[in-house]
Amino acid sequence: MKNNLLRLLLVPTALVGSLSLYALTSKVGPPAPDADNAGLKLPAGFGALKVVETGARTRHVVVTPQGVIYAKLNRPDKSGKGILMIRPGADGKTQTTTGFGSYGGTGLYAKDGYLYASSDEEVFRYKLDAKGEVTNPEKPEKIITGLINRRQHESKSVVLDNSGNIYVNVGAYSNSCQVKDRQKGSLGQPNCPILDSAGGIWQFRADKLNQTYGDGTRYATGLRNVVGLDWNQQANQLFVMQHGRDQLHDIFPELYDTKQSAQVPAECLYALKKGDNAGWPYMYYDGQQHKKMMAPEYGGDGKKEATGNFIEPAAAFPAHMAPNALLFYTGTMFPERYRNGAFIAFHGSWNRAPEPQAGYYVVFQPFKNGKPSGESEVFADNFAGSPEKAATGRADHKPCGLAQGPDGSLYVSDDKAGTVYRIVYAKK
Amino acid sequence: MKKLLVALAGLLLCGASASAQKKPAPKAKAAAPAAALIAQGKTVYTETCLSCHQADGGGVDGLNPPLIKTSYVLGDKTRIVKVVLNGLQGVDIDGEEYNNAMPSYDFLTDQQIAAVLTYVRNSFGNKATSISAAEVKAIRAANKK
Repeated sequence: MKNNLLRLLLVPTALVGSLSLYALTSKVGPPAPDADNAGLKLPAGFGALKVVETGARTRHVVVTPQGVIYAKLNRPDKSGKGILMIRPGADGKTQTTTGFGSYGGTGLYAKDGYLYASSDEEVFRYKLDAKGEVTNPEKPEKIITGLINRRQHESKSVVLDNSGNIYVNVGAYSNSCQVKDRQKGSLGQPNCPILDSAGGIWQFRADKLNQTYGDGTRYATGLRNVVGLDWNQQANQLFVMQHGRDQLHDIFPELYDTKQSAQVPAECLYALKKGDNAGWPYMYYDGQQHKKMMAPEYGGDGKKEATGNFIEPAAAFPAHMAPNALLFYTGTMFPERYRNGAFIAFHGSWNRAPEPQAGYYVVFQPFKNGKPSGESEVFADNFAGSPEKAATGRADHKPCGLAQGPDGSLYVSDDKAGTVYRIVYAKK
Repeated sequence: MKKLLVALAGLLLCGASASAQKKPAPKAKAAAPAAALIAQGKTVYTETCLSCHQADGGGVDGLNPPLIKTSYVLGDKTRIVKVVLNGLQGVDIDGEEYNNAMPSYDFLTDQQIAAVLTYVRNSFGNKATSISAAEVKAIRAANKK
Protein backbone atom coordinates (compact mmCIF):
# COMPACT_ATOMS: atom_id res chain seq x y z
CA MET A 1 0.00 0.00 0.00
CA LYS A 2 2.71 2.40 1.01
CA ASN A 3 4.71 1.42 -2.05
CA ASN A 4 1.76 1.97 -4.32
CA LEU A 5 1.14 5.41 -2.91
CA LEU A 6 4.75 6.28 -3.40
CA ARG A 7 4.54 5.06 -6.97
CA LEU A 8 1.44 7.19 -7.58
CA LEU A 9 3.24 10.21 -6.24
CA LEU A 10 6.31 9.51 -8.31
CA VAL A 11 4.55 9.29 -11.64
CA PRO A 12 3.44 12.91 -11.84
CA THR A 13 6.81 14.07 -10.49
CA ALA A 14 8.56 12.21 -13.24
CA LEU A 15 6.16 13.64 -15.77
CA VAL A 16 6.79 17.18 -14.62
CA GLY A 17 10.49 16.50 -14.65
CA SER A 18 10.50 15.26 -18.20
CA LEU A 19 8.23 18.11 -19.30
CA SER A 20 10.59 20.72 -17.93
CA LEU A 21 13.47 18.91 -19.63
CA TYR A 22 11.41 19.09 -22.82
CA ALA A 23 10.93 22.82 -22.28
CA LEU A 24 14.66 23.32 -21.99
CA THR A 25 15.71 21.22 -24.93
CA SER A 26 13.10 21.72 -27.61
CA LYS A 27 11.01 24.46 -29.14
CA VAL A 28 8.21 25.73 -26.97
CA GLY A 29 5.61 28.35 -27.57
CA PRO A 30 6.11 32.00 -26.70
CA PRO A 31 5.72 33.11 -23.08
CA ALA A 32 2.28 34.09 -21.86
CA PRO A 33 1.40 37.74 -22.45
CA ASP A 34 0.67 39.98 -19.46
CA ALA A 35 -3.04 40.00 -18.56
CA ASP A 36 -3.34 43.57 -19.89
CA ASN A 37 -0.93 43.00 -22.81
CA ALA A 38 1.49 45.34 -21.02
CA GLY A 39 -0.98 48.18 -21.60
CA LEU A 40 -0.62 47.99 -25.39
CA LYS A 41 -3.35 47.85 -28.03
CA LEU A 42 -2.52 45.13 -30.57
CA PRO A 43 -4.17 43.38 -33.52
CA ALA A 44 -6.20 40.25 -32.72
CA GLY A 45 -4.09 37.22 -31.86
CA PHE A 46 -1.14 39.25 -30.60
CA GLY A 47 -0.15 39.69 -26.98
CA ALA A 48 2.56 41.59 -25.13
CA LEU A 49 4.52 41.32 -21.93
CA LYS A 50 6.89 43.61 -20.14
CA VAL A 51 10.25 41.81 -20.13
CA VAL A 52 11.83 44.32 -17.79
CA GLU A 53 11.30 47.80 -16.43
CA THR A 54 14.81 49.20 -16.26
CA GLY A 55 13.97 52.77 -15.30
CA ALA A 56 16.81 53.78 -17.64
CA ARG A 57 16.72 55.48 -21.04
CA THR A 58 16.81 52.40 -23.23
CA ARG A 59 17.41 53.52 -26.83
CA HIS A 60 18.15 50.73 -29.32
CA VAL A 61 17.81 47.08 -28.43
CA VAL A 62 19.03 43.77 -29.90
CA VAL A 63 18.36 40.13 -29.14
CA THR A 64 21.01 37.50 -29.87
CA PRO A 65 20.21 34.09 -31.42
CA GLN A 66 20.45 32.69 -27.87
CA GLY A 67 17.78 35.11 -26.61
CA VAL A 68 20.08 37.43 -24.66
CA ILE A 69 18.78 41.01 -24.81
CA TYR A 70 21.08 44.03 -24.98
CA ALA A 71 19.82 47.61 -24.59
CA LYS A 72 21.82 50.78 -25.22
CA LEU A 73 21.27 53.54 -22.69
CA ASN A 74 21.17 57.17 -23.74
CA ARG A 75 23.32 58.01 -20.76
CA PRO A 76 24.97 55.64 -18.29
CA ASP A 77 22.71 54.48 -15.45
CA LYS A 78 23.33 55.04 -11.73
CA SER A 79 26.00 52.34 -11.70
CA GLY A 80 27.76 54.00 -14.64
CA LYS A 81 26.86 51.36 -17.22
CA GLY A 82 25.78 52.35 -20.74
CA ILE A 83 24.72 48.93 -22.09
CA LEU A 84 22.40 46.54 -20.27
CA MET A 85 22.54 42.77 -20.73
CA ILE A 86 19.16 41.29 -19.90
CA ARG A 87 18.68 37.58 -19.47
CA PRO A 88 15.05 36.47 -19.46
CA GLY A 89 13.75 33.29 -17.86
CA ALA A 90 11.33 30.73 -19.30
CA ASP A 91 8.38 33.01 -18.57
CA GLY A 92 10.00 35.74 -20.68
CA LYS A 93 10.53 37.98 -17.66
CA THR A 94 13.95 39.15 -16.66
CA GLN A 95 16.03 36.97 -14.42
CA THR A 96 19.20 39.01 -14.41
CA THR A 97 20.32 42.39 -15.67
CA THR A 98 23.96 43.35 -15.76
CA GLY A 99 25.73 46.27 -17.40
CA PHE A 100 28.96 47.29 -19.07
CA GLY A 101 30.30 50.11 -21.25
CA SER A 102 30.65 53.50 -19.57
CA TYR A 103 29.31 55.62 -22.42
CA GLY A 104 25.83 56.82 -23.36
CA GLY A 105 24.47 56.60 -26.90
CA THR A 106 21.82 55.06 -29.11
CA GLY A 107 23.11 52.59 -31.70
CA LEU A 108 23.21 48.84 -31.14
CA TYR A 109 23.35 45.97 -33.63
CA ALA A 110 24.36 42.31 -33.52
CA LYS A 111 25.60 40.25 -36.44
CA ASP A 112 27.86 37.25 -37.02
CA GLY A 113 29.07 36.93 -33.45
CA TYR A 114 29.69 40.61 -32.74
CA LEU A 115 27.75 43.27 -30.87
CA TYR A 116 28.17 46.79 -32.25
CA ALA A 117 27.40 49.79 -30.02
CA SER A 118 27.77 53.53 -30.49
CA SER A 119 28.36 56.56 -28.35
CA ASP A 120 27.49 59.90 -29.94
CA GLU A 121 30.99 60.09 -31.48
CA GLU A 122 32.35 56.53 -31.77
CA VAL A 123 31.40 52.96 -32.64
CA PHE A 124 32.70 49.94 -30.71
CA ARG A 125 32.37 46.22 -31.19
CA TYR A 126 32.31 43.37 -28.74
CA LYS A 127 32.83 39.67 -29.36
CA LEU A 128 29.87 37.45 -28.51
CA ASP A 129 30.46 33.86 -27.38
CA ALA A 130 28.35 30.75 -28.03
CA LYS A 131 25.98 31.75 -25.22
CA GLY A 132 25.42 35.20 -26.72
CA GLU A 133 27.48 36.87 -24.00
CA VAL A 134 30.04 39.59 -24.54
CA THR A 135 33.57 38.28 -23.94
CA ASN A 136 35.35 41.64 -23.72
CA PRO A 137 32.93 43.98 -21.93
CA GLU A 138 35.63 46.38 -20.75
CA LYS A 139 37.89 46.12 -23.80
CA PRO A 140 35.84 46.56 -26.95
CA GLU A 141 37.44 47.23 -30.31
CA LYS A 142 37.01 50.86 -31.31
CA ILE A 143 36.18 50.64 -35.00
CA ILE A 144 35.05 54.23 -35.74
CA THR A 145 36.06 57.46 -34.01
CA GLY A 146 35.75 61.23 -34.39
CA LEU A 147 32.19 61.44 -35.68
CA ILE A 148 30.69 64.88 -35.32
CA ASN A 149 28.48 65.55 -32.29
CA ARG A 150 27.16 69.03 -31.74
CA ARG A 151 24.35 67.84 -29.48
CA GLN A 152 21.53 68.38 -31.94
CA HIS A 153 20.69 65.10 -33.75
CA GLU A 154 23.58 63.47 -31.93
CA SER A 155 22.55 59.78 -32.13
CA LYS A 156 24.74 57.45 -34.16
CA SER A 157 22.61 54.52 -35.31
CA VAL A 158 24.33 51.52 -36.87
CA VAL A 159 23.49 48.57 -39.11
CA LEU A 160 25.53 46.06 -41.15
CA ASP A 161 25.14 44.67 -44.66
CA ASN A 162 26.16 41.16 -45.74
CA SER A 163 29.53 42.26 -47.13
CA GLY A 164 31.33 43.34 -43.97
CA ASN A 165 30.29 47.01 -44.08
CA ILE A 166 28.77 49.02 -41.27
CA TYR A 167 26.52 52.03 -41.91
CA VAL A 168 26.40 54.92 -39.45
CA ASN A 169 24.05 57.85 -39.39
CA VAL A 170 25.58 61.25 -38.72
CA GLY A 171 22.68 63.63 -38.12
CA ALA A 172 22.81 67.28 -39.18
CA TYR A 173 23.48 69.60 -36.26
CA SER A 174 20.78 71.92 -37.52
CA ASN A 175 17.11 72.02 -38.43
CA SER A 176 17.38 73.40 -41.96
CA CYS A 177 20.96 74.68 -42.41
CA GLN A 178 19.96 78.29 -41.77
CA VAL A 179 22.64 80.92 -41.24
CA LYS A 180 21.21 81.08 -37.71
CA ASP A 181 19.71 77.74 -36.72
CA ARG A 182 15.97 77.88 -36.03
CA GLN A 183 16.02 81.70 -36.17
CA LYS A 184 12.83 83.28 -37.51
CA GLY A 185 13.39 84.41 -41.11
CA SER A 186 17.04 83.30 -41.31
CA LEU A 187 17.88 81.93 -44.77
CA GLY A 188 19.75 78.76 -45.71
CA GLN A 189 23.53 78.70 -45.98
CA PRO A 190 24.54 78.42 -49.64
CA ASN A 191 25.95 75.01 -50.51
CA CYS A 192 25.14 73.78 -47.00
CA PRO A 193 28.54 73.12 -45.36
CA ILE A 194 27.07 70.74 -42.79
CA LEU A 195 26.75 68.05 -45.46
CA ASP A 196 30.55 67.56 -45.55
CA SER A 197 30.55 65.72 -42.27
CA ALA A 198 26.91 65.22 -41.26
CA GLY A 199 23.39 65.01 -42.67
CA GLY A 200 23.99 61.60 -44.21
CA ILE A 201 24.92 57.95 -43.85
CA TRP A 202 28.58 56.95 -43.74
CA GLN A 203 29.88 53.51 -44.66
CA PHE A 204 32.88 51.95 -42.91
CA ARG A 205 34.40 48.47 -42.62
CA ALA A 206 32.96 46.52 -39.72
CA ASP A 207 36.30 44.90 -38.77
CA LYS A 208 38.80 47.76 -39.10
CA LEU A 209 40.02 49.69 -36.06
CA ASN A 210 40.04 53.46 -35.47
CA GLN A 211 38.45 54.52 -38.74
CA THR A 212 37.63 58.21 -39.17
CA TYR A 213 35.79 60.13 -41.89
CA GLY A 214 38.72 59.72 -44.29
CA ASP A 215 38.55 55.93 -44.04
CA GLY A 216 34.83 55.82 -44.75
CA THR A 217 32.53 56.77 -47.59
CA ARG A 218 29.65 59.20 -47.51
CA TYR A 219 27.19 56.56 -48.69
CA ALA A 220 24.14 58.85 -48.94
CA THR A 221 23.61 62.54 -48.24
CA GLY A 222 20.77 65.02 -47.80
CA LEU A 223 19.37 63.13 -44.82
CA ARG A 224 18.60 65.51 -41.96
CA ASN A 225 18.63 62.94 -39.19
CA VAL A 226 18.20 59.19 -39.27
CA VAL A 227 17.71 57.24 -36.07
CA GLY A 228 15.92 54.15 -37.44
CA LEU A 229 17.65 52.15 -40.17
CA ASP A 230 17.84 48.50 -41.25
CA TRP A 231 19.21 46.31 -43.99
CA ASN A 232 16.53 44.74 -46.18
CA GLN A 233 17.62 41.19 -46.98
CA GLN A 234 15.22 40.73 -49.91
CA ALA A 235 16.33 43.87 -51.73
CA ASN A 236 19.87 43.61 -50.26
CA GLN A 237 19.57 47.33 -49.62
CA LEU A 238 19.81 49.90 -46.84
CA PHE A 239 16.54 51.53 -45.76
CA VAL A 240 16.41 54.53 -43.44
CA MET A 241 13.74 56.62 -41.73
CA GLN A 242 14.43 60.35 -41.81
CA HIS A 243 13.27 62.77 -39.14
CA GLY A 244 11.75 65.53 -41.26
CA ARG A 245 12.31 69.21 -40.68
CA ASP A 246 10.73 71.25 -37.88
CA GLN A 247 9.20 74.68 -37.39
CA LEU A 248 7.93 75.80 -40.82
CA HIS A 249 5.54 78.20 -39.08
CA ASP A 250 7.96 79.45 -36.41
CA ILE A 251 10.57 80.36 -39.01
CA PHE A 252 8.28 81.49 -41.87
CA PRO A 253 4.93 82.43 -40.28
CA GLU A 254 3.85 84.35 -43.39
CA LEU A 255 4.16 81.18 -45.53
CA TYR A 256 2.87 78.44 -43.22
CA ASP A 257 0.17 78.42 -40.56
CA THR A 258 0.45 76.28 -37.43
CA LYS A 259 -1.65 73.48 -38.93
CA GLN A 260 0.48 73.23 -42.06
CA SER A 261 3.60 73.35 -39.92
CA ALA A 262 2.25 70.43 -37.86
CA GLN A 263 1.09 68.29 -40.77
CA VAL A 264 3.00 68.97 -43.99
CA PRO A 265 6.67 67.85 -43.73
CA ALA A 266 6.48 64.05 -43.83
CA GLU A 267 8.68 61.54 -42.04
CA CYS A 268 10.12 59.59 -44.97
CA LEU A 269 11.31 56.04 -45.54
CA TYR A 270 14.13 55.96 -48.08
CA ALA A 271 15.61 53.01 -49.95
CA LEU A 272 19.24 54.06 -50.45
CA LYS A 273 21.82 53.32 -53.08
CA LYS A 274 25.39 54.52 -52.86
CA GLY A 275 25.58 58.19 -53.87
CA ASP A 276 21.91 59.00 -53.28
CA ASN A 277 20.85 62.47 -52.18
CA ALA A 278 17.56 62.80 -50.28
CA GLY A 279 17.56 66.59 -50.59
CA TRP A 280 17.91 68.06 -47.10
CA PRO A 281 18.15 71.01 -46.49
CA TYR A 282 17.05 72.19 -49.93
CA MET A 283 13.68 70.42 -49.85
CA TYR A 284 11.15 68.75 -47.65
CA TYR A 285 8.61 66.13 -48.66
CA ASP A 286 4.99 67.29 -48.50
CA GLY A 287 3.16 64.20 -47.29
CA GLN A 288 -0.26 65.62 -48.21
CA GLN A 289 0.53 66.59 -51.81
CA HIS A 290 3.10 63.79 -52.19
CA LYS A 291 5.58 66.25 -53.65
CA LYS A 292 9.17 67.30 -53.07
CA MET A 293 8.92 70.95 -52.08
CA MET A 294 11.57 73.67 -52.15
CA ALA A 295 12.52 74.61 -48.59
CA PRO A 296 11.57 78.19 -47.65
CA GLU A 297 15.16 78.77 -46.50
CA TYR A 298 16.23 78.19 -50.12
CA GLY A 299 13.58 80.18 -52.00
CA GLY A 300 10.52 78.04 -51.43
CA ASP A 301 7.14 79.56 -50.70
CA GLY A 302 5.06 76.51 -49.80
CA LYS A 303 4.05 76.08 -53.48
CA LYS A 304 7.30 75.79 -55.44
CA GLU A 305 8.49 72.27 -55.99
CA ALA A 306 12.10 71.32 -55.39
CA THR A 307 14.62 71.37 -58.18
CA GLY A 308 17.59 69.04 -57.99
CA ASN A 309 18.37 65.40 -58.35
CA PHE A 310 16.78 64.17 -55.14
CA ILE A 311 15.46 60.67 -54.63
CA GLU A 312 11.80 59.91 -53.99
CA PRO A 313 10.85 58.46 -50.64
CA ALA A 314 9.83 54.79 -50.64
CA ALA A 315 7.00 55.70 -48.25
CA ALA A 316 5.89 58.78 -46.33
CA PHE A 317 4.42 58.98 -42.81
CA PRO A 318 2.74 61.80 -40.87
CA ALA A 319 4.89 64.75 -39.83
CA HIS A 320 7.06 65.07 -36.71
CA MET A 321 6.33 61.62 -35.27
CA ALA A 322 10.05 60.86 -34.84
CA PRO A 323 10.74 57.41 -36.32
CA ASN A 324 13.47 56.10 -34.00
CA ALA A 325 13.66 52.48 -35.12
CA LEU A 326 13.16 50.46 -38.30
CA LEU A 327 13.08 46.66 -38.42
CA PHE A 328 12.42 44.29 -41.29
CA TYR A 329 10.62 41.29 -39.87
CA THR A 330 12.03 37.97 -41.05
CA GLY A 331 10.59 35.71 -38.36
CA THR A 332 7.94 33.03 -38.70
CA MET A 333 6.02 33.55 -35.46
CA PHE A 334 3.83 36.32 -36.88
CA PRO A 335 1.37 35.60 -39.71
CA GLU A 336 2.69 35.43 -43.27
CA ARG A 337 1.70 38.98 -44.23
CA TYR A 338 4.22 40.42 -41.75
CA ARG A 339 7.17 38.55 -43.25
CA ASN A 340 9.75 40.93 -44.78
CA GLY A 341 7.58 43.93 -43.94
CA ALA A 342 8.80 46.91 -41.92
CA PHE A 343 8.04 47.76 -38.32
CA ILE A 344 8.70 51.40 -37.45
CA ALA A 345 8.81 52.74 -33.88
CA PHE A 346 7.52 56.30 -33.74
CA HIS A 347 8.91 57.95 -30.62
CA GLY A 348 6.18 60.62 -30.74
CA SER A 349 6.03 64.25 -31.78
CA TRP A 350 6.72 67.60 -30.08
CA ASN A 351 6.67 69.94 -33.04
CA ARG A 352 2.93 69.64 -33.68
CA ALA A 353 2.01 72.06 -30.88
CA PRO A 354 -0.36 73.89 -30.68
CA GLU A 355 -2.00 71.04 -32.66
CA PRO A 356 -2.32 67.76 -30.72
CA GLN A 357 0.85 65.64 -30.57
CA ALA A 358 0.93 62.23 -32.29
CA GLY A 359 2.90 59.01 -32.54
CA TYR A 360 4.05 56.95 -29.52
CA TYR A 361 3.30 53.75 -31.42
CA VAL A 362 4.77 51.04 -33.65
CA VAL A 363 3.60 51.04 -37.26
CA PHE A 364 3.66 48.16 -39.74
CA GLN A 365 4.41 48.90 -43.39
CA PRO A 366 3.73 45.90 -45.65
CA PHE A 367 6.44 45.07 -48.23
CA LYS A 368 6.47 42.94 -51.34
CA ASN A 369 9.70 41.95 -53.10
CA GLY A 370 11.74 44.46 -51.15
CA LYS A 371 9.43 47.42 -51.79
CA PRO A 372 6.62 48.99 -49.75
CA SER A 373 3.28 47.57 -50.89
CA GLY A 374 0.01 48.89 -49.57
CA GLU A 375 -0.95 51.22 -46.75
CA SER A 376 0.81 51.24 -43.42
CA GLU A 377 -1.13 50.59 -40.25
CA VAL A 378 -0.66 51.22 -36.54
CA PHE A 379 0.45 47.88 -35.11
CA ALA A 380 1.13 48.49 -31.41
CA ASP A 381 -0.52 51.53 -29.83
CA ASN A 382 -1.02 53.18 -26.44
CA PHE A 383 2.59 53.36 -25.29
CA ALA A 384 1.50 56.83 -24.14
CA GLY A 385 -0.97 55.36 -21.65
CA SER A 386 -4.04 57.24 -22.90
CA PRO A 387 -5.15 59.33 -25.90
CA GLU A 388 -4.92 62.43 -23.69
CA LYS A 389 -1.32 61.70 -22.75
CA ALA A 390 -0.49 61.25 -26.43
CA ALA A 391 -2.22 64.50 -27.42
CA THR A 392 -0.35 66.55 -24.81
CA GLY A 393 2.95 64.80 -25.45
CA ARG A 394 3.10 63.58 -21.85
CA ALA A 395 3.47 59.94 -22.81
CA ASP A 396 4.24 57.29 -20.19
CA HIS A 397 6.43 55.37 -22.66
CA LYS A 398 8.15 56.41 -25.88
CA PRO A 399 9.05 53.55 -28.24
CA CYS A 400 12.63 53.93 -29.44
CA GLY A 401 14.13 50.57 -30.36
CA LEU A 402 13.00 47.39 -32.15
CA ALA A 403 14.50 43.91 -32.24
CA GLN A 404 13.49 40.47 -33.40
CA GLY A 405 13.98 37.50 -31.08
CA PRO A 406 15.15 34.08 -32.26
CA ASP A 407 11.57 32.78 -32.04
CA GLY A 408 10.20 35.72 -34.04
CA SER A 409 8.97 37.77 -31.07
CA LEU A 410 9.15 41.53 -31.60
CA TYR A 411 10.91 43.49 -28.84
CA VAL A 412 10.27 47.20 -28.30
CA SER A 413 12.37 49.40 -26.03
CA ASP A 414 11.14 52.66 -24.51
CA ASP A 415 13.47 55.49 -23.52
CA LYS A 416 10.99 57.37 -21.34
CA ALA A 417 10.42 54.82 -18.55
CA GLY A 418 12.92 52.20 -19.71
CA THR A 419 10.49 49.36 -20.33
CA VAL A 420 11.38 46.55 -22.73
CA TYR A 421 8.29 44.96 -24.27
CA ARG A 422 7.98 41.63 -26.07
CA ILE A 423 5.15 41.21 -28.55
CA VAL A 424 4.13 37.64 -29.40
CA TYR A 425 1.60 35.97 -31.62
CA ALA A 426 -0.35 33.19 -30.01
CA LYS A 427 -3.26 32.35 -32.28
CA LYS A 428 -2.68 29.38 -34.54
CA MET B 1 -9.87 58.01 8.68
CA LYS B 2 -11.00 60.29 5.88
CA LYS B 3 -12.34 62.81 8.41
CA LEU B 4 -9.05 62.72 10.26
CA LEU B 5 -7.18 63.48 7.05
CA VAL B 6 -9.48 66.37 6.25
CA ALA B 7 -8.97 67.71 9.76
CA LEU B 8 -5.21 67.34 9.43
CA ALA B 9 -5.23 69.05 6.07
CA GLY B 10 -7.27 71.85 7.59
CA LEU B 11 -4.77 72.24 10.43
CA LEU B 12 -1.90 72.32 7.96
CA LEU B 13 -3.61 74.94 5.87
CA CYS B 14 -4.33 77.06 8.95
CA GLY B 15 -0.76 76.66 10.04
CA ALA B 16 0.48 77.64 6.63
CA SER B 17 -1.68 80.72 6.36
CA ALA B 18 -0.90 81.70 9.96
CA SER B 19 2.82 81.52 9.35
CA ALA B 20 2.36 83.34 6.05
CA GLN B 21 0.61 86.12 7.91
CA LYS B 22 3.29 86.33 10.54
CA LYS B 23 6.12 86.65 8.08
CA PRO B 24 6.36 90.06 6.45
CA ALA B 25 6.28 89.43 2.74
CA PRO B 26 9.54 90.31 1.01
CA LYS B 27 9.24 93.70 -0.61
CA ALA B 28 9.78 92.50 -4.18
CA LYS B 29 7.03 89.90 -3.90
CA ALA B 30 4.48 92.31 -2.44
CA ALA B 31 2.88 93.25 -5.74
CA ALA B 32 1.35 90.53 -7.86
CA PRO B 33 2.13 91.07 -11.55
CA ALA B 34 -0.46 93.21 -13.28
CA ALA B 35 -3.13 91.22 -15.08
CA ALA B 36 -2.50 93.13 -18.31
CA LEU B 37 1.20 92.20 -18.27
CA ILE B 38 0.33 88.53 -17.72
CA ALA B 39 -2.23 88.62 -20.53
CA GLN B 40 0.28 90.16 -22.92
CA GLY B 41 2.86 87.62 -21.81
CA LYS B 42 0.51 84.77 -22.53
CA THR B 43 -0.03 86.04 -26.08
CA VAL B 44 3.72 86.27 -26.68
CA TYR B 45 4.22 82.81 -25.16
CA THR B 46 1.55 81.23 -27.37
CA GLU B 47 2.97 82.77 -30.54
CA THR B 48 6.67 82.45 -29.79
CA CYS B 49 7.50 79.87 -27.15
CA LEU B 50 4.74 77.27 -27.06
CA SER B 51 5.82 75.25 -30.10
CA CYS B 52 8.96 74.15 -28.26
CA HIS B 53 8.23 74.57 -24.55
CA GLN B 54 4.65 73.25 -24.96
CA ALA B 55 1.31 74.49 -23.65
CA ASP B 56 1.98 73.21 -20.14
CA GLY B 57 5.51 74.63 -19.99
CA GLY B 58 6.83 71.12 -19.55
CA GLY B 59 9.23 71.20 -22.52
CA VAL B 60 10.34 68.06 -24.34
CA ASP B 61 12.55 65.32 -22.86
CA GLY B 62 16.13 65.71 -23.98
CA LEU B 63 15.33 68.50 -26.44
CA ASN B 64 13.60 71.59 -25.09
CA PRO B 65 13.94 72.41 -21.39
CA PRO B 66 10.90 72.62 -19.13
CA LEU B 67 9.99 76.00 -17.72
CA ILE B 68 8.53 74.55 -14.54
CA LYS B 69 10.41 75.49 -11.38
CA THR B 70 13.84 75.35 -12.97
CA SER B 71 16.70 77.44 -11.61
CA TYR B 72 16.89 79.29 -14.93
CA VAL B 73 13.26 80.42 -14.85
CA LEU B 74 12.97 81.20 -11.15
CA GLY B 75 16.50 82.50 -10.66
CA ASP B 76 18.50 85.51 -11.77
CA LYS B 77 16.55 87.90 -14.00
CA THR B 78 19.59 88.94 -16.01
CA ARG B 79 20.36 85.34 -16.95
CA ILE B 80 16.85 84.52 -18.14
CA VAL B 81 16.53 87.80 -20.09
CA LYS B 82 19.85 86.99 -21.80
CA VAL B 83 18.57 83.54 -22.76
CA VAL B 84 15.70 85.22 -24.63
CA LEU B 85 18.01 87.82 -26.20
CA ASN B 86 20.82 85.46 -27.22
CA GLY B 87 19.27 82.00 -27.39
CA LEU B 88 20.75 78.94 -25.72
CA GLN B 89 22.29 75.64 -26.72
CA GLY B 90 24.51 72.99 -25.24
CA VAL B 91 23.85 73.91 -21.62
CA ASP B 92 22.66 71.41 -19.02
CA ILE B 93 19.77 72.67 -16.94
CA ASP B 94 19.47 71.37 -13.41
CA GLY B 95 21.54 68.32 -14.38
CA GLU B 96 19.62 67.41 -17.53
CA GLU B 97 20.81 67.66 -21.13
CA TYR B 98 18.67 69.44 -23.71
CA ASN B 99 20.02 69.14 -27.21
CA ASN B 100 17.82 71.39 -29.31
CA ALA B 101 18.95 74.88 -30.26
CA MET B 102 17.04 77.92 -29.01
CA PRO B 103 17.54 80.85 -31.39
CA SER B 104 17.75 84.50 -30.38
CA TYR B 105 14.47 86.32 -29.78
CA ASP B 106 16.03 89.78 -29.71
CA PHE B 107 13.41 90.94 -32.21
CA LEU B 108 10.87 90.99 -29.38
CA THR B 109 10.43 94.41 -27.77
CA ASP B 110 11.55 95.12 -24.21
CA GLN B 111 7.89 95.19 -23.23
CA GLN B 112 7.19 91.81 -24.92
CA ILE B 113 10.17 90.16 -23.23
CA ALA B 114 9.18 91.61 -19.86
CA ALA B 115 5.62 90.37 -20.35
CA VAL B 116 6.48 86.85 -21.50
CA LEU B 117 9.05 86.29 -18.76
CA THR B 118 6.69 87.64 -16.11
CA TYR B 119 4.03 85.29 -17.49
CA VAL B 120 6.40 82.29 -17.43
CA ARG B 121 7.66 83.14 -13.94
CA ASN B 122 4.05 83.14 -12.72
CA SER B 123 2.57 80.22 -14.66
CA PHE B 124 2.93 76.41 -14.69
CA GLY B 125 3.16 76.43 -10.89
CA ASN B 126 5.94 79.03 -10.85
CA LYS B 127 5.96 82.02 -8.51
CA ALA B 128 8.64 84.65 -8.96
CA THR B 129 8.94 88.40 -9.26
CA SER B 130 7.88 90.37 -12.32
CA ILE B 131 10.37 91.61 -14.86
CA SER B 132 9.89 95.16 -16.14
CA ALA B 133 10.51 96.57 -19.59
CA ALA B 134 13.06 98.94 -18.01
CA GLU B 135 14.99 95.98 -16.62
CA VAL B 136 14.99 94.27 -20.02
CA LYS B 137 16.15 97.52 -21.65
CA ALA B 138 19.11 97.79 -19.25
CA ILE B 139 20.07 94.13 -19.72
CA ARG B 140 19.79 94.47 -23.51
CA ALA B 141 22.04 97.55 -23.44
CA ALA B 142 24.66 95.74 -21.35
CA ASN B 143 24.31 92.62 -23.54
CA LYS B 144 25.31 94.58 -26.66
CA LYS B 145 28.62 95.78 -25.21
